Amino acid sequence: MTARVITITSGKGGVGKTTVTANLGVALALHRQRVVVIDADVGLRNLDVMLGLENRIVYDLVDVIEGRCRLRQAMVRDKRLPELFLLPAAQTRDKSAVQPADMVHICNELREQHDFILIDSPAGIEQGFRYAAAPADAILVVTNPEIAAVRDADRVIGLLEAEERGPIRLIINRLRPELVRRGEMLSVADVVELLAIELIGVIPEDKEIISAANRGEPLAFSKDSSQAGTAFHDIARRLLGEHVPFTPLREPGVLQRLFGFARSGGDQT
Amino acid sequence: MKGLKRLLGGEAEPPSGAIARERLRLVLAHDRTSISPALLETLKDEIIAVISKHVAIDANDVRVTFSQTARESRLVADIPLLNPRKRPASSE
Repeated sequence: MTARVITITSGKGGVGKTTVTANLGVALALHRQRVVVIDADVGLRNLDVMLGLENRIVYDLVDVIEGRCRLRQAMVRDKRLPELFLLPAAQTRDKSAVQPADMVHICNELREQHDFILIDSPAGIEQGFRYAAAPADAILVVTNPEIAAVRDADRVIGLLEAEERGPIRLIINRLRPELVRRGEMLSVADVVELLAIELIGVIPEDKEIISAANRGEPLAFSKDSSQAGTAFHDIARRLLGEHVPFTPLREPGVLQRLFGFARSGGDQT
Repeated sequence: MKGLKRLLGGEAEPPSGAIARERLRLVLAHDRTSISPALLETLKDEIIAVISKHVAIDANDVRVTFSQTARESRLVADIPLLNPRKRPASSE
């Protein structure tokens, strides 16, 4: 068994690449997959805090590349999920410290002993994006149903298609079903038609995402407690080859809208 | 022009989601081909010039546009021919 390398990218910043990477890493590890998540955003590292692992970092990606430590020494094991490892980005360096060939070497070294390697790409279409995409067997493009994010996603898809990388799949993040119903937001069908690539997941806007980030505990840890958590697990299952139908997202109920606490009250099963 | 028609017809403005979709359709077509609206105009003028040399066409009604299928963009030129023998429909 050799790992699949999947790069998560978007073009535009702030659409949720790091959140998606952290949650997919957790969801896949909960499905008993051996996962490494790599933070490729050298200089602006964040995957460590999303996963709550920031206090356990000793070495980073650039230390590995420049030979200051072995690959295994830089990998942080998640104590909650022994199958999940983080390879953190360097925080005090910039993207010129990493070459595409470095990422290919690192991934090749990891392939043997893992099932999935998820690479959290930096925003943009420059060097960072290039080295993050270099070792990918498949690409997940994250976008929001919003005009600037869709345009940038299209640009990234065009660049990846020109290089004939592996399959490219689309994740639509931060969808608000009530806005779509009123016609005030691009629908899933609109975005899929415009970008013309296959959809692999739709994640609703969810305020729980913020508290999850505050705590450093991705939502995917508690699978069914939120629509967004379920959406991440659905994507993980699709990556594992399961056929998971796309179910329409629920709108927040009247009570939930009136009383913000209703959501947490509904989760006590 | 569409907006004007709606205004005259008393129809409400389309919801912003639909506006975003139509704006993106155009923006992406231009991004993907690197053909600017200005270049599109130039192409149109030159196409009219070339074809007019050989065939009578209705230059005012020539349309040069993008069409999108999946991730393929194509340039579509719609060029109405002038038919001197054409009679008004009412006389048929």
